[in-house]
Amino acid sequence: MELISQHAKRIMEGCKERARQAGLRFQDETLEYVVTNRDMLELGPKIMIPTLYDYWVQEVEVLREQGRYELYPNNPYETVINTRPPISYYNDNNPDWLNVMIFYHVIGHIDFFQNNLFFRHTWDYDFTGRALADKRLFAKLRSEKGRWVDYVIEFARTIDNLVGYFDVLAESREQASAGNLSLLDYYFDVFLQRGPKSSVSLYSQEIARYNRLLKEYPEDGEIRFLKSVTEKHAELEALHARKLQEKKSVGRTDLLQFLMEYSPFLHQEKNRWMLMILEVIRSTSLYFQPQIRTKILNEGWASYWHDTLFLGDDRIKGHEVDYAIVNAKVTSMPRVGLNPYALGMRLLQYLEQQAEKGRTGLEYYQTADRRQRQDFDRATGKGRDYVFHLRENYCDSMFVNSFIDQDFVDQHRLFVVGKRLNKERMAWQYYVKSRKAADYKAMVADSLYHPPRIEVTVAENNALILNHIFEGKPLLRDFLQGVMLGVEYLWGDEVHLYTSVPIPMKAGRESDGQAKEETPKRTISWKRFRYTMKDKTLSRTLVE
Amino acid sequence: MHRLRELYQSLEAGGLSETQRRVIERELSMAEQVGDPDLAHLFGPAPVGRSLYSYVDPDIFGQGNGSPAVSMVAAQSLDHLLQRDLQREKDGFPRKIRVGKLVKPGRDGDDKVVVIPTTVEEKLVHDRVPEEEEGDGEGQDPGEGGAGEGEEGEVIGEQPVREQPGGGSGAGQGQGGSHELESTVYDLGRILTEQFALPNLRDKGKKRSLTRFAYDLTDRNRGFGQILDKKATLKQVIQTNIALGRVQAGTQVDTGNLLISPRDRIYRILSKEKDYESQAVVFFVRDYSGSMGGKPTELVVNQHVLIYAWLSYQYQNQVETRFILHDTEAREVENFQAYYSMQVAGGTQVASAYRLVNQIVAEEELARDYSIYVFHGTDGDDWDTYGEESLPELEKMLVFASRVGITIAENGLEGSRRTEVEKYLSKSGLLESKKELLRLDVMAKESTEARIIEGIKHLIS
Repeated sequence: MELISQHAKRIMEGCKERARQAGLRFQDETLEYVVTNRDMLELGPKIMIPTLYDYWVQEVEVLREQGRYELYPNNPYETVINTRPPISYYNDNNPDWLNVMIFYHVIGHIDFFQNNLFFRHTWDYDFTGRALADKRLFAKLRSEKGRWVDYVIEFARTIDNLVGYFDVLAESREQASAGNLSLLDYYFDVFLQRGPKSSVSLYSQEIARYNRLLKEYPEDGEIRFLKSVTEKHAELEALHARKLQEKKSVGRTDLLQFLMEYSPFLHQEKNRWMLMILEVIRSTSLYFQPQIRTKILNEGWASYWHDTLFLGDDRIKGHEVDYAIVNAKVTSMPRVGLNPYALGMRLLQYLEQQAEKGRTGLEYYQTADRRQRQDFDRATGKGRDYVFHLRENYCDSMFVNSFIDQDFVDQHRLFVVGKRLNKERMAWQYYVKSRKAADYKAMVADSLYHPPRIEVTVAENNALILNHIFEGKPLLRDFLQGVMLGVEYLWGDEVHLYTSVPIPMKAGRESDGQAKEETPKRTISWKRFRYTMKDKTLSRTLVE
Repeated sequence: MHRLRELYQSLEAGGLSETQRRVIERELSMAEQVGDPDLAHLFGPAPVGRSLYSYVDPDIFGQGNGSPAVSMVAAQSLDHLLQRDLQREKDGFPRKIRVGKLVKPGRDGDDKVVVIPTTVEEKLVHDRVPEEEEGDGEGQDPGEGGAGEGEEGEVIGEQPVREQPGGGSGAGQGQGGSHELESTVYDLGRILTEQFALPNLRDKGKKRSLTRFAYDLTDRNRGFGQILDKKATLKQVIQTNIALGRVQAGTQVDTGNLLISPRDRIYRILSKEKDYESQAVVFFVRDYSGSMGGKPTELVVNQHVLIYAWLSYQYQNQVETRFILHDTEAREVENFQAYYSMQVAGGTQVASAYRLVNQIVAEEELARDYSIYVFHGTDGDDWDTYGEESLPELEKMLVFASRVGITIAENGLEGSRRTEVEKYLSKSGLLESKKELLRLDVMAKESTEARIIEGIKHLIS
């Protein structure tokens, strides 16, 4: 790995200047390296982080069958990584115009990393530096504990997708807004809305009363209000206090953290070194969480900017056709398939136009008349601002669920592809299944990364209870053994996993042998099972 | 087809049970419904589209090679990995290295099958809701994205059901793969023997001399001999002249001035060479009738690959293989590739295959010089319900064979019942009386790799 030439670096600096003028915000320093294919082979398994810790699985082919890849996508690796300074990788032999295009794309990513709120917890440190420290820690531990280090890494990695990423985000936000739920907030937000006597009229009466008090007594209106409230509801303060306490212990979905805090095994003196490994695995996983949750938006954003900025760049005149060819490969909608670059870019461009015409507000949504909707144009000129707003505040699931509408689907002639077997032609046929926005949205949402939600508690006999919240999908059964074995080791006692399993219900089969081909339609009933891992053996029982 | 009907009628005349009739009729109808017998097999799962997360920057900008994360990085040596895996077992954790058969995309679509160790990182992840195996593929599947013209319901493209050569992992890949397969089976055999503790072959008492001598012009001699080795002679001449100081480094050599002594002439002479003969012949016999479609075939073929690998290692590559496929008739195919991938939809008569094996052994007098192994994979259906024809052939085979291993991979079409082959074999008492020679392994349809290897242990131990 070596740095790019001074010539290319000058081009990069020029790109940065133009990107800044267009409104992107990112730090000044960046590092660009030229990599060979061989470098890429080594970087790939380390998710492009050159200093990531060593682990033997990185050196073996990880079996990723075609279909399975879809089930557990690993972190997408980029040309650029979210470090301080950001590092990006290039081929040695790119022509200048192509480098300009990729530079803009990279700058789009960097801007996204450094401004999207889902990356907030990665803003305060440089991951390559931290990873290097972790790598050295592992190397040191290996010299003391030998292969057991790798076992602990392995077991921790089996559950590294069950980290409380959103808890971390919520925490960092709470720290920012510096304050817990006040009694007043609790009264309005929780007590009145979810309490025993919730009613809309009462709620608005109380709001009106609160506002009146504030107006009448500008100094101590709030205190007077609270006093009257606590007099009326004697239990309020106790409830509020309980709520504050409760907050600390609910939402136990971060299995790694739970083990680190409560595992009796890990807290034995001789095993305390394992905690360090768990912490490294957890923080590494947390670092990558936003990346996989913003694939469409991030790639869309980068593509949107390379498209916008490249065509406006005076330095590459004469290469428009070359650019068009590469750009078409990157951002064309495939006939069958879901290209995140293409979808994200189109959706951003679509929303920019919509915002430009003021079609984002209540007024537009309340316009029912088709003709009026078509001609709706308030000429707000806020399009650019709006996409910057999206870049800052959205992740893929919000983005997709909020904005894929029928107009967008129609405009780009999108549809959901279905597959069916044609037995006469002995072929899988692809057909247009639906052109409805709702179906398209559901299809995209379904293909987004979504790890299972597991709630963790401890039973009386000190068994660890994992409760898989049912979301219409089973857990991949082949992997349960391996995962639960690891969890049992880290917990030091038996582990139970509750999950739902689909049981196919076969309709009665015909006694006539000829009709066997036509298998009757199957229905599925969901049954709740408990998997128990005790002394390294897995057993399964029905619990309903 | 007509022939099959006739056979069926003759069998029926001899009396058939209800289940038996059903089995036969199903296979018959399968054979009749489908014009092209090659297409008769169970439909694989629907093709899976490209994941949203498989689009990555380096790939899409044409930078670097396709997708480096997926390609193999075997920095550690195989032995090192295997040692680590062995240590795992000692430490009380299950092994993690699996023997994978992967497709290595070649340059001109000439894909190669490579056998390498792989592993999988288990995590709690969502699975799909299982779809119907033979269904129409619709159901819970939310579909894929698409863009462009086309009315709702319009067909926009299709993909043949039969797996394209080279796709996926598992059994049945690409042409031209056999050679590559060959080069790694030895390694695979070693892994199996060492890792999965497959037994080594036992000496069977009498040891046949299996070496012969051939005469070849391989030895060298100075001064005289049959054929002058010009290259070696020239080297010797130069050496002599260097020793004499007539050739100096860095200066032009004047060939006219070189001295040649008689001892510089180097000749090749005829000498006696050991020539190793193949020591074992393995017959792989596979049922490729209609009911074998899908999983049973995969199981049987996978097991046979592994057995082949194990034998190759045991006999230091001196193994000859013969491949035989049968439905109601048996045929020999020339290579593993054909053996692997050929499918047909016919009836089932195990006897035909056994008869062919016996015939080959008799005609080529294989029994005299070789250890003979026969491995037979079937789903256990046999139109010859009571083994009236199969058993005599099998007994004949047991006379010369070192081991006959029969694998029954259940097709699950009839629920779990004992299959004909299993029934008549256990009834015959051969499994007991010829325990040293005949082994039977019955696998369920959902068997895993571990189960397959377990089965091999049973078949060959």
